[in-house]
Amino acid sequence: MSGTDQPMIDFRKQFFANERDDNLNEIGKPTRRQDITGHVTGRSPFYDDHLFEGLLHMRCARSPHHAARIRRIDASAAERMPGVVRVLVGRDVPRNLNTLLSLLDFGIDDEPLLSTDRVRYRGEPVAAVIATSDARARDAVAAIRVDWEPLPHVLDVEEAVKPGAPVVLDVYPTNKFVYHGKYDHQKLRFGDVEAAFRQADIVVEGRYQMSPIEQAPMETCGAIAAPEQNGRFVCHTSTQALFFSLATASKTLEMPSSRLHFIGGTVGGGFGGKVDSIHEPLAVLGAMLTGRPVKFMWDREEEMQVGAPRGAERWYLKDGVMRDGRIVARRFTGYFDSGAYTRLSSYAIIKGVGHLPGPYTIPNVSADVYCVYTNRTPATAMRGFGITGVDFAIEAHMDKVAEAVGMNPVELRILNAYRDGDMKAHRRLAKNCALIECCQVVAEKAGVKLSPAMLAAASTRDGGGERARLPSHTATDENGRVQGYQASSYAKKGAKQPPPPGALALPPAARTEAPRPAAAQPPPPSTHTPAATAPRAGSMRFSSLSGFRKR
Amino acid sequence: MALHRGRGFAAINYPIGMNLGGDPSQALIHSNPDGKFTVALSAIDLGQGMKSVTRQIAAETLGVPVEDVYVDTADSDTGPHDMGSFASRGTHRMGNAVIMAAREARAVMLEAAAEELEVDASDLVTDGRGNIHVRGAPGRSITTLAAAQAAQFKQGRTIAGRGIFLIPLSDVDPDTGEMTPVSTFAHAAMLVEVEVDDETGEVTVTDMKSAYEVGRALNPRLVEQQLRGGAWMGMSHAAWETTEPYYPQRDHGPVDFNTYLMPGPGDLAPHHISILERPAEDGPYGGKGPGEMCANPVLPAVVNAIYDAVGVRIDELPATPEKILRGLKAQGGAKPKKRL
Repeated sequence: MSGTDQPMIDFRKQFFANERDDNLNEIGKPTRRQDITGHVTGRSPFYDDHLFEGLLHMRCARSPHHAARIRRIDASAAERMPGVVRVLVGRDVPRNLNTLLSLLDFGIDDEPLLSTDRVRYRGEPVAAVIATSDARARDAVAAIRVDWEPLPHVLDVEEAVKPGAPVVLDVYPTNKFVYHGKYDHQKLRFGDVEAAFRQADIVVEGRYQMSPIEQAPMETCGAIAAPEQNGRFVCHTSTQALFFSLATASKTLEMPSSRLHFIGGTVGGGFGGKVDSIHEPLAVLGAMLTGRPVKFMWDREEEMQVGAPRGAERWYLKDGVMRDGRIVARRFTGYFDSGAYTRLSSYAIIKGVGHLPGPYTIPNVSADVYCVYTNRTPATAMRGFGITGVDFAIEAHMDKVAEAVGMNPVELRILNAYRDGDMKAHRRLAKNCALIECCQVVAEKAGVKLSPAMLAAASTRDGGGERARLPSHTATDENGRVQGYQASSYAKKGAKQPPPPGALALPPAARTEAPRPAAAQPPPPSTHTPAATAPRAGSMRFSSLSGFRKR
Repeated sequence: MALHRGRGFAAINYPIGMNLGGDPSQALIHSNPDGKFTVALSAIDLGQGMKSVTRQIAAETLGVPVEDVYVDTADSDTGPHDMGSFASRGTHRMGNAVIMAAREARAVMLEAAAEELEVDASDLVTDGRGNIHVRGAPGRSITTLAAAQAAQFKQGRTIAGRGIFLIPLSDVDPDTGEMTPVSTFAHAAMLVEVEVDDETGEVTVTDMKSAYEVGRALNPRLVEQQLRGGAWMGMSHAAWETTEPYYPQRDHGPVDFNTYLMPGPGDLAPHHISILERPAEDGPYGGKGPGEMCANPVLPAVVNAIYDAVGVRIDELPATPEKILRGLKAQGGAKPKKRL
């Protein structure tokens, strides 16, 4: 059972051999990585290696409350402290409201870079100190006085969707993201699950809770920005998505992207946590307003408690199963905990819904999945985003189904596995399947005895035909219908033209601009602010003022 | 009080690339006069190996040795647009863009060689070792170096190529969820063995046996690196890590690696990996993306193994000793199932 006699890795070339040409020059060779020497000798540069002369350090003042109104921000004491160059507040940000997927025209701008009137999670930034050292910046952050008016908060997804729950974001007054301008959740409807439950021999139900976890990259998220020639700014960043971060900075700073030169890292890990583009806009803004290089980097505590984790997900599953193990119906209700802002959770839900019901061919499938706002750190991408949580639920549930029908858990998977040519619940045919073969190989390695029929099964056989048919009847409904939202062009079937900037239109009441806080404001910058003119084509630039750029 | 052994199984598939498409990647390739090629990408490699995979793809398509190719990444001034390194899209999207760019560059290289050899370019082949020769006549050959120099200094040609890969953005039906999410899926199955201590509630993962179907393994060592690391992350996710141990309450949140628990080297279980390769129709040389999905089967396999060992269902992650002890107490002690 310990398997010590087994190899640590083997390649099962006999599977799908007729679909491959294994005689290529470079492909399939264990070639050493181009960058490995630098990585293992510590020479590969991190963004944090770009320590410009005169580098300034940025740190944020953050909310101690889950939810609060900001009556006043008083940074006057902090500004007078030694080494403090500037304190930024929300009004310093040219366009202090964004949602990450606005680049794809998906969702309403909902999140400020520095909050001005209200905070919605513990750790939300309200001011950023720029000082000559990290220690001085920390001291000054401690001297910023904020007059808070704590507000009721909600932390649990199912509490948050109840009528009367505290509203996290005014633009989503029921604490639920709005899909396609039409529903407060994403639907999947394939066949008729309720009818199938009535015909099933056994019904198996379960509730699953995914935990929030930290991406835990070796190098914490951050960016170093510095003025370049000709009104441009260079930004060394930890981002996983260079143009995503560049476009977010361009939008929030109202600066043409031609003035931004972004350089990404070479090592340091990401795992999804480096997509949010929090640091780049503030680092560039700091460089703009001080005329000096500015570093904005999370410490490990911020990485863990302020940095967006993998969101918690709660899933309810209900399966209708026949005594022979065939699953005839599967219903999902899912709640993604998006935290206080949308970031990318709304997108992950559509990805998750496209993935249901997992790698199985089930004739009746239904899902209602909600993107829920709560007063916690916003969630974001992490390895397996949109999939890992529901796969945990599905596969833990499959174990219960196997027990309920008295079947070997491996055989239950093979029996229900999707095969080439099967119709999937999102109404596209399956192809290139290999679940059955993976199950067979593991069973063989672990000494799990499979019946001859299960051993003979193959992804390339017995799919399609009847299994390729769409359901003759699909039960649909209008549950969760919302009013007053305009359909977005993204992810909206039949949309004819993109909506105007600002994406979704809102009921007039929700449109009111929040008043600016009566905060003490720092004086306008006396340092140089580059003119808002684009540089000449072909103008000189330096890829890095520090002069080293090894990759 | 005793240690209980149990086995748990899980199987998954995984969508490759950004859901619904709309996530382009571009690549530019050019040769230097000495016949070396630079692949310019804005894409980011933070350690996962995308730089090396695209290098092999470029070399394969150009028909030159991998040593003659250098991949430059992560600069918005020099690299063309790419959506980003996430959603298991790096190898699939960038790889396809690099193939397209390399094909265009290769065609110019062969035209330059054809002019020097006074033959038709369509009759030329590369040997992957730095030579271009007439098909069936290895004697009539020219090095890629000589062809590149002739192109640059004699013929006035740019040996260069542009590539892009885009699956156009598609729609979702609000009422049925009908959509075209992705074009290819990777697969995995896993059996995990655990030991559960019914006195302390501690879970030890003692062995993992897996089969991963990853499309063509473009670089088998890089695939193994992803699968080992990813399975470790899955094991950690299942039984160690969380930023909010008493979710949905925010108390006891960890702030450093003393309080944020992860398995160390002594906690690592032997992981016996088998790799299956069913090439993806639209993947670069059939490659998919193993990066994300490798963690996914471990989570459910661990909780299923815990149930097999002591009869306690852990439906809320992570499987902490506290939850296991509470479960054991509620059912009056360990109730081994031994179903697998």
